[in-house]
Amino acid sequence: MRRIGDSTPVRVTLILLAVVLSALVLLVPLVAIVFEAFARGIGPFITNLTDYFTVQAIWLTLLIAVITVPVNLVFGIFLAWLVTRFSFPGRRLLQTLIDIPFAVSPVIAGLLYLLLYGRNGWLGQWLDGHDVQLMFAWPGMLLVTIFVTCPFVARELIPLMQAQGSREEEAAVTLGANGWTLFRRVTLPNVRTALIYGVILTNARAMGEFGAVSVVSGAIRGQTLTLPLMVQQLYQDYNTVGAFVAALLLAVLAVLTLVVKALLDTYAARKHAP
Amino acid sequence: MNILSKLSTLRLGAGLLGAATLGLSLTAPLSASAAERTLMNASYDVSRELFTALNPPFIEQWREAHGEEVEIQQSHAGSSTQARSIIEGLRADVVTFNQTTDIDVLANAGLVAEDWQSRLADNSSPFYSTMAFLVRKGNPKGIEDWQDLAEDGVRVVFPNPKTSGNARYTYLAAWAAAARENGGDEVQTEAYMRKLLANVAVFDTGGRGATTSFVERGIGDVLISFESEVQSISREYGDDSYEVVVPPVDLLAEFPVAWVDDSVRRNQTEDLARAYLEYLYSPAAQRIIAEHNYRVRDPEVAREFSDRFPETELLDVNQEFGDWDTITRTHFASGAKLDQLLRR
Repeated sequence: MRRIGDSTPVRVTLILLAVVLSALVLLVPLVAIVFEAFARGIGPFITNLTDYFTVQAIWLTLLIAVITVPVNLVFGIFLAWLVTRFSFPGRRLLQTLIDIPFAVSPVIAGLLYLLLYGRNGWLGQWLDGHDVQLMFAWPGMLLVTIFVTCPFVARELIPLMQAQGSREEEAAVTLGANGWTLFRRVTLPNVRTALIYGVILTNARAMGEFGAVSVVSGAIRGQTLTLPLMVQQLYQDYNTVGAFVAALLLAVLAVLTLVVKALLDTYAARKHAP
Repeated sequence: MNILSKLSTLRLGAGLLGAATLGLSLTAPLSASAAERTLMNASYDVSRELFTALNPPFIEQWREAHGEEVEIQQSHAGSSTQARSIIEGLRADVVTFNQTTDIDVLANAGLVAEDWQSRLADNSSPFYSTMAFLVRKGNPKGIEDWQDLAEDGVRVVFPNPKTSGNARYTYLAAWAAAARENGGDEVQTEAYMRKLLANVAVFDTGGRGATTSFVERGIGDVLISFESEVQSISREYGDDSYEVVVPPVDLLAEFPVAWVDDSVRRNQTEDLARAYLEYLYSPAAQRIIAEHNYRVRDPEVAREFSDRFPETELLDVNQEFGDWDTITRTHFASGAKLDQLLRR
């Protein structure tokens, strides 16, 4: 029996189309970044890479990601567990609330935090009185990053945990497993892939976030500039090479994240192989 | 207020304080220097290189005079954005802006003294610039003056005066030059402005966007911006592709500075902030500023760099048009002159 797509011309066309599209959409921009970063040769590339402010931007970007990921990992697991394993009044509402950071534009999220914690905000006035500066300092940038990235882990876990149901966990309980063992030996292995994916997404977004952090950053060089903000600043300065070096750094961080994910995937697969 | 809600606010407060102190203690590794005091300078977008050059000599001077190690932090964004951020709590000690109105905004919010403009010499503007044309090599359309911009077939690029400060200067400079040409005849001036605005190839929202349109997308025959910026664009993209033209009649665009009274009181940096701004008037600093293509006040330094800055008759914007409130109301408010001129 013949199916559509069995004939060689159709197959070749489809494959070619896929290859060309991926090249145009994924590969060409990446190559362009590398090309632009080295446009003036290796010297300016090194100068921009080792620039004090660029190095500080790298540290700040990593610092924010390093704190955001564990916080949202714990928060996401907790939330998914709560929503899929328990029934309580307001469960539906909570499920909807999780999506708010996705529904709201990041810039609006940043503005909301500014209105709340800024000098003229409700909480901000109190903080200002106690000489605590959250906005226009990195703790504020961390806060908004946690906000915009908090749904990723929960959103990955909830559909999976809902589909799996609680049968295996109930069985474990009847066999005498306590809460921690149950979580470690039954729940976690079942959702491992989704969890890894959620972490990857959280990390990628935390490092790449622009809108929300730009509102609360104050753009202080060497203090409150993350790599995405640095890209914009350098571009504004007519330092095209610098901007692309910063962009390249972000791309490298993204690729590293993907490599870590691939390694974890292989590790998990090998561990579970019969 | 009942006890329960009091308790919960207390706990929330303590939690926040805890988070904040954790934040502050973690900030330490980010700022590596051993400075005793820090001075934050909130400035406009493209001034990074200028202040990167200006700051080290000042730090040196201060160390020699007072034996104190200071650090200067730079914050750069559009100057209206900066004013907004300072009102919301950015603790900048000094502002070095490219718009007088943006410091007025801070004065209205009570953060800068009302009389800020008279606290330092030359209207608190240690340097200034004017509007200049960037044309393609050889100036094929022969653009030398404002009148040439309204000729048929000339395509002009500058940002939208509604959203961009430097475009407001462009608009006003063109207006002032035309008014002078026409002996103050308003009908003729408006007819010229209508033609000029019809020649605009693309209205970007900001200066950077206009530069991209002109340089990278190759749109238009002439880009209009501050002389300082036009010079650095021509340098960044290669001197051999463009020429800078300064028209014979132009507007003086002040680059005002002020210390933020509210911040220097809290940070106890008033002496430092004041000294920093006064330093900008010193011959050494003026020389650095001139090297970055701004026109300076010091007559000696101005003479040294006279070959860089073509002579032009500089008009005062407030003498020509009144104060900025009036200017905004008559020209840039919704339904005002600019909107009327754009309607065909």
